[in-house]
Amino acid sequence: MSTRLTEVLAAAKAENRAALVGYLPAGYPSVEGSAAAARAMVEGGCDIIEIGLPYSDPQMDGPVIQRAVEHALAHGTNTRHVIDNARAVAETGAASLVMTYWNPIERYGVERFAEELAAAGGSGVITPDLIPDEAAEWIAATDKHGLDRVFLVAPSSTDARLKLTADAAGGFVYAASTMGITGTRTSVGNRAAELVGRTRKVTDLPICVGLGVSNAAQAAEIAGYADGVIVGSAFVRALLEAETPEAGLDAVRTLAAELAEGVRSGR
Amino acid sequence: MSHETVQPDPSGHFGVFGGRFLPEALIAALDELTAAYEKAKDDPEFQAEFTGLLKDYAGRPSIVTEAPRFAEHAGGARIILKREDLNHTGSHKINNVLGQALLTKRMGKTRVIAETGAGQHGVATATACALLGLECVVYMGEADTKRQALNVARMRVLGAEVIPVTIGSRTLKDAINEALRDWVTNVDSTHYLLGTAAGAHPFPAMVRDFARIVGVEARQQVLDLTGRLPDAVAACVGGGSNAIGIFHAFIPDEGVALYGYEAGGDGVETGRHAASITGGSIGVLHGARTYLLQDEYGQTQESHSISAGLDYPAVGPEHAWLHQTGRANYRPVNDDAAMAAFRLLCRTEGIIPAIESAHALAGAIELGKELGPDATILVCLSGRGDKDMHTAARYFDLFDADVREEDQQ
Ligand SMILES: Cc1ncc(COP(=O)(O)O)c(C=O)c1O
Repeated sequence: MSTRLTEVLAAAKAENRAALVGYLPAGYPSVEGSAAAARAMVEGGCDIIEIGLPYSDPQMDGPVIQRAVEHALAHGTNTRHVIDNARAVAETGAASLVMTYWNPIERYGVERFAEELAAAGGSGVITPDLIPDEAAEWIAATDKHGLDRVFLVAPSSTDARLKLTADAAGGFVYAASTMGITGTRTSVGNRAAELVGRTRKVTDLPICVGLGVSNAAQAAEIAGYADGVIVGSAFVRALLEAETPEAGLDAVRTLAAELAEGVRSGR
Repeated sequence: MSHETVQPDPSGHFGVFGGRFLPEALIAALDELTAAYEKAKDDPEFQAEFTGLLKDYAGRPSIVTEAPRFAEHAGGARIILKREDLNHTGSHKINNVLGQALLTKRMGKTRVIAETGAGQHGVATATACALLGLECVVYMGEADTKRQALNVARMRVLGAEVIPVTIGSRTLKDAINEALRDWVTNVDSTHYLLGTAAGAHPFPAMVRDFARIVGVEARQQVLDLTGRLPDAVAACVGGGSNAIGIFHAFIPDEGVALYGYEAGGDGVETGRHAASITGGSIGVLHGARTYLLQDEYGQTQESHSISAGLDYPAVGPEHAWLHQTGRANYRPVNDDAAMAAFRLLCRTEGIIPAIESAHALAGAIELGKELGPDATILVCLSGRGDKDMHTAARYFDLFDADVREEDQQ
């Protein structure tokens, strides 16, 4: 059974374009507010939304996402809220993913998390600090509940690890554009294209590129060779900088529209 | 479960604990480090270089000292102190640091990053980098840069850059997060010189192996002194490097009981403590599955201890495993008990211990009462207390009135 994620990626491919993936942590500015922002991002043109699970030790995240996550945790955002937001996204028709560090899943219960997310209409989960080598229980639970497991590859990955990772993954392979953490960058450089090329040789799964992408020009460039463009910090920054919740919704909707144009002009 | 089997397994697991829970981007660096370490382990040239530095630079072997006047308060048991406080830079941390710094050179890396809580590991790292000509950046939680201002100055004097971390709880765990962020960004040039036997494989095994000289020496020293092995070995446990260092050589000696003392803070029952094994649960933090302090959603909880070096909400995976298999015993020691033992050692033996080490001393007092006057207890005196004078002066109210007023401002 294919997930909504797989359908959405196939539909974008049929239109000869890359898909647009937007990230937003649950709980910023509030649980409700983040659900509304996710909906605005879909209205603006995101095909896929990643709901971030706020975590106390976000080792892969830069200051922008750290700030939003710290706020979310201080205001009591928890795993149930994340699943609620994933449901809100799924209801829009966009593909709904959760992005989370591993410990919150393990603590919630691997089986319970997979079951509840699938029941909420979630397509899958991105786990930045879980490598397939440690994922036996996760693989069993996601198989059982029909969720896609999105694993990451990086410019430092050997060819053997690219294959091992892609073979264990579902939905798409997340290619980290650079060696580093989340945050907006002026350029993602050419390591991303090289990584996508190396990954293509070992898998037929779609490959989406993230880390550091913030504007339409970058999105267009990446859309030239990848199946999806992932944008996180730029959306979070738009919310952080907004004077009012309404302005935040407008800002993320506008940014999504610009990026959606970008992914359509890349090929 | 047999303790004869080699731990960890080739993928870095101690039973269900350990492993690698870090981004794929760092796996290549962990593999590179594992390969470099495996090679160095069997390389006589590396071993000679390492042993040479331990001897001629750090001052090894460290002596053992009997503490008879202190022992009167510990049920009359014989108490023998392993004097890691006498090492260059003042603690056991120098052993691991010299090993990893040499390895950094071997890997052709030029830059070292480290985290530090109390500042002891940061000082040791800054020292080794000065010695070997490596660039050094130390991440330290802002709360700790204030508690340990003197050690910040020491690191800077040695040429290291100290970066205060202002996110999260602003203590050791956040310094580790920030170091990991730096590492993933600069991994080509940079080695992350982790200061304790925790984190992702190969760190727990590698740090243990660099620290195990403590137990290897002490085992022989106790044999020479008493004609037999000790009945028990006691050490404090933060991340677990001094404890695993002194335990490891004794693990096959089934007659030797092993005791790890965690920071009980205000008391495990109050929730304000750093006792990951006695007061925590199994989860994943900083790259390994282990015991940690976490809430029902897996969010890391803040730890509390009067000792900055033990103020960490997790513990190395080998200790989690030694606990699970029952080979070692872990017990909490509260702030007040540690400070009482701190003062007692100062007054009875003329040795000022680190407050971290005072947790092991407090444990030994209770243990001596349990085991009786025929018992011999080996205690790891992991460091000296110079860095803790400010904390001790406040705790025991030793400042003169005008200084106290200044201090309170
Ligand atoms: C003197 C001393 N002992 C013990 C520790 C705790 O670390 P570990 O548990 O790794 O030995 C520290 C840490 O800073 C320390 O400085």
